[in-house]
Amino acid sequence: MSARNSDPRAPGFWPLAIVFALFVLFLYGPMITIFILSFQGPEGGLTFPLRGVSLHWFRKLAEGLGTVDIGAAFRRSLLLGGVVMAFTVVLSVLAGLAFRKKLAGGNALFFITVASLIMPSIIVSLGIGLQFRLLDNGIKAALTAMDATTTLENYGTALGLMTSALGAHLTWTLPFGLLIMFAVFNRFNPAYEEAARDLGATPWQSFRHVVLPLIGPSVVGIGMFGFTLSWDEIARTSQAIGDVNTLPLELQGLTSTVTTPAIYALGTVTTVVSFAVMGVAIGLAVLLGRRQKP
Amino acid sequence: MSSHAAPAHCTPSITPGRTVKAWWQAAPFTLVFVLFFLLPLGLILMVSFWNFNEYELIPGFTFKNYFSIFEGCTQLTDNGDICVTLKTYISTLKFCLLVWGITLLLGFSVAYFLAFHVRSPGMQTALFVLCTVPFWTSNVIRMISWVPLLGRNGLVNQGLVGVGVVNQPVEWLLFSDFSVVLAFVHLYTMFMIVPIFNSMMRIDRSLLEAASDIGATGWQTLWNVIVPLSRTGIIIGSIFVITIVMGDFVTIGVMGGQQIASIGKIIQVQTSYLQFPLAAANAVILLAVVLMIIWGLTRLVDLRREL
Repeated sequence: MSARNSDPRAPGFWPLAIVFALFVLFLYGPMITIFILSFQGPEGGLTFPLRGVSLHWFRKLAEGLGTVDIGAAFRRSLLLGGVVMAFTVVLSVLAGLAFRKKLAGGNALFFITVASLIMPSIIVSLGIGLQFRLLDNGIKAALTAMDATTTLENYGTALGLMTSALGAHLTWTLPFGLLIMFAVFNRFNPAYEEAARDLGATPWQSFRHVVLPLIGPSVVGIGMFGFTLSWDEIARTSQAIGDVNTLPLELQGLTSTVTTPAIYALGTVTTVVSFAVMGVAIGLAVLLGRRQKP
Repeated sequence: MSSHAAPAHCTPSITPGRTVKAWWQAAPFTLVFVLFFLLPLGLILMVSFWNFNEYELIPGFTFKNYFSIFEGCTQLTDNGDICVTLKTYISTLKFCLLVWGITLLLGFSVAYFLAFHVRSPGMQTALFVLCTVPFWTSNVIRMISWVPLLGRNGLVNQGLVGVGVVNQPVEWLLFSDFSVVLAFVHLYTMFMIVPIFNSMMRIDRSLLEAASDIGATGWQTLWNVIVPLSRTGIIIGSIFVITIVMGDFVTIGVMGGQQIASIGKIIQVQTSYLQFPLAAANAVILLAVVLMIIWGLTRLVDLRREL
């Protein structure tokens, strides 16, 4: 390829370069627009022109939008994202290790994982919602049969952030985690592990001191996928969450009711969180990658 | 992407003890999919044959739900219209086809530019990441970010009126079929770019030189070498985009101003009224349609040639 570098650009370069540039503008333009408009002055509206620059709408946002407690939804989403991230990292790495060995039924498991990835989200969401409602019916019937009236009266539903919603999110994040692990181990040189084993390392030692440092940056990547996909997830959560809502679900509801730039301020805040997580992940991955090289 | 030459000898890991351990390692992962994917799907199938009334689900085995979905579909209504279910499927399929065509063309062009026209690997990675970063930000935010551009007093209308192309603001830019398709393309072209780019990066560059050596024009090389060799990526991307659009209710809801019907939306509404058996029957039908489309697409990939 290097010999070609002095060649003039191949035919088609400039038209395609323009298509690419327009595509990037198309991707980022609207996002930048609402970023700017979230700093709209107090008299400003949903569209240009900017009437002054202020943090007015961020303050409005902090006070809450209508009946919606944005702060609580924000904390719920943060918590759920963190838990989903932890589960995604641990379960994907374990499953990735398992797939390197002879795993009976591995093909079926892989097929199910891919099916979960491409399954229309509304179907998964409906299924989980249905499952937990049937579970509720079962529990209530059991409590009635046991005559446990006080427990029965206090029992609400099994649907919730850390039950059904967590499960729904994992059906979406784990396939990405496993695919990343596949990509990692396809390019992984087993000689290092063999060397560790020859030197008398236990399987755990060779994982902890040899494999994990080598795959560290990718594991951070899986964590980033886990958090950001959960942080923005709507479709799979929608029927599987119960009474409380996550931030994106509140946001979706607000799109039809809020007609002030406060909704842009909310957009800016959630995007900043996404970018912060990406930044931390990339920084951490670079750091871990650097530590590999003596 | 350096590939280590893996030494081709048997690792001693294939011993009975290790096999058991592999299963233990995969067990938590498997459990999640059994509990939150396979079991719910089984329940959907089961409940789609149940009865229900206003307050409870009644176990049973009836095709009533399926019949009620297709009620009146055997003939045209008095106004000469087709039934709601078919109309909704046709509308959803129309979105699907449009979005698929546009994302394929756009995604292929972008991937092709990145893979074959950007020469330095560093630049390639940087531009690729630039295309994928928005994927990690909120979809709803990316949808509503079109409001200040396409709204009645948005930038586009201000521009059009300012230049004098139209006398009064154009209404069909937002909360219309147009804005729905635009948002789909905006959100999901990434699902085309990544697999197609991945396929293209695996193409042996000497094939292109061989093509040009025997006198193939640029277009001939593109059509007869690159497109066939990118087919796996094209199919994977297409499956992603089509399944997303077929089941969507969020994008169509937000960008259509909650006025446009879709299968996903029907299921969502029925679920919120706790009409689970009806929603389940709709989900089963949707799944069957999606599987048929995927099956058709995978027929296009000759698996033996991929191996």
